[in-house]
Amino acid sequence: MSAILIIEQILNGLQFGVMLFLMAAGLTLIFGVMGLINLAHGSFYMVGAFAAAAVAGVTGSFLLALIAALIVAALAGAMVEMVVIRRLYASDHLDQVLATFALILIFSEGTRWIFGSFPLYLNTPATLSGPVTLPGGIQYPLYRLALIAVGLAVWGGLWWLIERTRIGIQIRAGENDREMIAALGIDISRLYTLIFALGAALAGLAGALVGTIQSVQVGMGEPVLILAFVCIVIGGIGSIKGAFIGAILVGLTSTLGGIFLPELFKVFTDPATAQAAGASLASMSIYILMSLVLIWRPTGLFGARA
Amino acid sequence: MIAERWLNLAVLAGLLGVAVWARIADQPFTITLTTRAVILALAAVGLNIALGLGGLVSLGHAVFFGLGGYAMGILAFHVQTYTPLEIGPISIAGSTSMPVIWLTAIALSSLAALGIGLLSLRTSGAYFIMITLAFGQMFYYFAISWNRYGGEDGLSIYVRNGFPGLNTLIPFQFFGICFALLCLVLLIGDRLARSPFGLALNAARQVPVRVETVGLSPFRLKLVAFVISGAVTGLAGALFADLNRFVSPTMFSWQLSGELIVLVILGGVGRLIGPVVGAVLFVALEHLLGGLTDHWHVFLGLILLVIVLFARGGIVGLLSRRRLGDG
Repeated sequence: MSAILIIEQILNGLQFGVMLFLMAAGLTLIFGVMGLINLAHGSFYMVGAFAAAAVAGVTGSFLLALIAALIVAALAGAMVEMVVIRRLYASDHLDQVLATFALILIFSEGTRWIFGSFPLYLNTPATLSGPVTLPGGIQYPLYRLALIAVGLAVWGGLWWLIERTRIGIQIRAGENDREMIAALGIDISRLYTLIFALGAALAGLAGALVGTIQSVQVGMGEPVLILAFVCIVIGGIGSIKGAFIGAILVGLTSTLGGIFLPELFKVFTDPATAQAAGASLASMSIYILMSLVLIWRPTGLFGARA
Repeated sequence: MIAERWLNLAVLAGLLGVAVWARIADQPFTITLTTRAVILALAAVGLNIALGLGGLVSLGHAVFFGLGGYAMGILAFHVQTYTPLEIGPISIAGSTSMPVIWLTAIALSSLAALGIGLLSLRTSGAYFIMITLAFGQMFYYFAISWNRYGGEDGLSIYVRNGFPGLNTLIPFQFFGICFALLCLVLLIGDRLARSPFGLALNAARQVPVRVETVGLSPFRLKLVAFVISGAVTGLAGALFADLNRFVSPTMFSWQLSGELIVLVILGGVGRLIGPVVGAVLFVALEHLLGGLTDHWHVFLGLILLVIVLFARGGIVGLLSRRRLGDG
């Protein structure tokens, strides 16, 4: 267990964390502003990945693929919001869960219908492939470093959007009092569509970016969606800062737990048992983390309302 | 528009009728299909106790379904492999007796429901949904990594477990067991809803503050409902595993939790027979649409959307005269 390995794993954890943040940011914005719990957010992740894989397959350009992922996911988000989600704002959470569950069924099976059951692959762009040498002589894949940079950039961009722009003021006002800002002459339903499309685009971007590391297949969105839920529950629903901290915590816990827990168990028992017990515990570690946070703070680290 | 009590009896008589017809016409597959509907109905009736009476939108009920399944799988596995089941220093033989398995399933799932309930009920609304979902995933990944009992591949049990005096391998007799259990649970559920506990729970769902004012704890009422609900779903899980003679981590999957909610909503939330109607409809759709196209989930999704957006109250709500107060 060398220092290099530990730093590598911490970077892997950060990379996983910022990708989770791209998902969690949209979820938490949509919940914070519209009060909507959106299970179909994972579908936008999948849609983004498939759009990127399809465009990259035709054009061979990774940049075009990313742009396609953003546009297609945003369009899918806007369409879904206008056709279905808009009718659910006044409903209770049960109806929202059910309707968005129905959307998952439609998106997943629809995608399988169009693309088939076989996974697609997205290649890492040539300029970003290969390792770089970090200070201290650590070799690390450039692409993963780029992912961390993109995640941090999105975090900064969202902060700027929400704290420093006119739309951000409207979003924050919408969180507090939607009747009042409607009375002040702001088209609240257009604002909602915009936020929903923004969240969907971020999910689509995450799907396309992660699609190059993993395969692009139907059902890829839901495990990530559930992890993103864990992130925003830990961070406090509705808070972008909470989503970021939650995502980094979950990313690090999940990655480091998977590597170090089996090692830790080897100190106490024989290797085979340690491997099995460590792996079991590692797969449960983030949920244990979530339970601990909830016992301590039932509304999450930065949550204001239940 | 008909009285709900007659509708309840008609649905149960219909289920029994289909099975009897299939027995006479010698259609074992139809009996198995009906049994599947009955077991899913039982699981959904369990969920409806938390969801309908308690207003607890649990997106993690697959935990209890899966625990019931693994209770059956593990007990029968030890008999099948002639190995004792060792829990710490205690060593017990497995079991292939259904009553023993059912009790184990109920005990395990109640315990899990107590633990999960104690943690999750500290929160409400969207938090509760996401947390129950997360607990579901925790059990799912645990089952996958538990190689002792098949890991991702699951466990196959070659002989269906026995019930004293019956031959459970005959589809109709196994159907009878499941159907009797469903009727029993429905009866208990009906009593429960009318009991002081049920009334208090109903009130705790609608106006928790008032319940607290008269000296009852909404938290404890909801916790008890959650445990009962988990126990019933656990029992259904054990039966489901026996029906397929197979358990795997998919019994813990979040899709299953989602489908259980779908069953309840399809039929009508908070109605006694709602989950049964939902389960029958679901199995029928699965069979009919699934026969037409592999992509039947698209149509299921569309049907669900239409129900959520335009037919709140589900099928029973459409058919029944009684309106439920908005909670």
